[in-house]
Amino acid sequence: MDTPEWSGAYRRYDLVKEFVAALVAMVLLTVVLAVVLGSPDRPAISLRHWATAAPADFTLTASTELAGTSATATYGAPYTADPSAGQRLGPLPVQRWGGVREPVDTAKDFVLRPLSTVRGDRPLRAALAVYRAAPPARRRAWATAYATALDKAGGDPAKVARGGYGPVPLLIGRLQTLARGGGLDGILLTEHGPYQTDFAKPLLFLSDGGYLEQQARAEHLGGDQWGMMNETGSYPGQAWLWLYTFWYQIPPFSTSDNADAWVWTLMMLLSLGLVLVPLIPGVRSIPRATRIHRLIWRDHYRHQ
Amino acid sequence: MDHPGYYLNWGFIHISLANLIVIALMVVVFVVALIAPFPKDRGR
Amino acid sequence: MSGAGPTWTARLRDRAAAAYPPERLLPDRQPAYVASWIYVFGVLTLAALIVALASGALLALEGPQWYHLSAKGHFVNGLHLWSVELFFFTMVVHLWGKFFMAAWRGGRTLTWMTGAVAFLGSIGTAFTGYLVQSNFDAQWIATQAKDGLNAVGVGAWFNVLDYGQMLLFHVVLFPLVLGVLVVWHVLLVRRRGVVPPFPDDRAPRPEG
Repeated sequence: MDTPEWSGAYRRYDLVKEFVAALVAMVLLTVVLAVVLGSPDRPAISLRHWATAAPADFTLTASTELAGTSATATYGAPYTADPSAGQRLGPLPVQRWGGVREPVDTAKDFVLRPLSTVRGDRPLRAALAVYRAAPPARRRAWATAYATALDKAGGDPAKVARGGYGPVPLLIGRLQTLARGGGLDGILLTEHGPYQTDFAKPLLFLSDGGYLEQQARAEHLGGDQWGMMNETGSYPGQAWLWLYTFWYQIPPFSTSDNADAWVWTLMMLLSLGLVLVPLIPGVRSIPRATRIHRLIWRDHYRHQ
Repeated sequence: MDHPGYYLNWGFIHISLANLIVIALMVVVFVVALIAPFPKDRGR
Repeated sequence: MSGAGPTWTARLRDRAAAAYPPERLLPDRQPAYVASWIYVFGVLTLAALIVALASGALLALEGPQWYHLSAKGHFVNGLHLWSVELFFFTMVVHLWGKFFMAAWRGGRTLTWMTGAVAFLGSIGTAFTGYLVQSNFDAQWIATQAKDGLNAVGVGAWFNVLDYGQMLLFHVVLFPLVLGVLVVWHVLLVRRRGVVPPFPDDRAPRPEG
């Protein structure tokens, strides 16, 4: 009935009372903490907010999306099919093993298609027509030249040097207007119909810019700030993620392009190790070697 | 509580006061659980 | 339904009854060595989990946007956050205790393993929970985590930028798996009993 290998004395132990006491204690503690400390809820950043609060960053990012030089445009799987992109574990192109299951064409999806939904703007329609009619090499040249010049001008279109940009400045300017009016948020979400839950496109666009990261770093949420453990405001975060984020803080991971692949592979192995502790010689001997069990069972050892 | 939190630095360790308190409390609670006397058996 | 020998139903019933007679399922006594406060952290973890599930259910009743718009909702969000913080707090203290007791001894390897997998599953559940906050923190976590998951090919299938998918993982899929693991874990503890102290503590033992 009881512990198979125990033939010694027993004591009265009321499990149900213990459970009820535990439940009452946890409910009380939870309520007190919620009442006294509350919870964080910093509002999400819309594309509208981004384009309004950081117009230079938005404009610059939009130009790199059109030019195909943004982080998303050069990401590799699962967004783009570039075989040279993506992280590797030594020779193994692990990132590509997932396949391109979330295809994104940043020029089309983030810039051209949204702009083509705008009505009643003749110069925009004309600019789009000129852009679409140009051969790919010309489009790329315009977009890259403008992105470079805009970068030099700190993201301010008014300060961009003269150059051969074709209709690109007008396109980017109109995209910013669309974003500031709030239309871009909805357009990027609803490409495949009005009821959507996949926020990949707006979030990828947002994360390609510097504004989101700047806001995050101000709250110590950056990857090299042990950010995985942290929460906005003064709230405790996720202390249990300490080992996940730890590796990112030290070489060789902190300076590696393949840090994510190495860290996550390492953590999968260590997690397996945790599950298999009883089978790992050495590790499973540690408890016996420490004195903590003598504290836990001191009454038992005293009466032995 | 919504203002950016207070952070401490120790070598390459960069930790929020809130997380440090949580971790310290865990260690304290663990130690107290090990040494605090447990109610004796009143059953017999 | 006919045929010789016991029915499947009888076989299952008899096996279950043999493994879990009522006195084993709900004993009112424990070996005398169960006399330390470290032993209460398992049930505390279970209790915190129940509060997390209940507060989560309240959030689900009103939908995932409620807590942004209502003071009551914000309070329930607070209940959910702090019950989860308490859950991880007590679970890790429980893990420390069980490790230093080498609680896998005496045929209890599976008890340890179900507990460890439940711990990892809890991390996954919490992760998807953070993703569906639909606020700034969620945006940042999603756009960062995608890099880790994409790097090992998982992100192509587990899309952290898909709010709907993550919400369903958080509310349905992870809790289901976690529920099975927790029930299995508790049944194993009842089946084998609480691990006894190290025998003959003063003499060193050859194996680990």
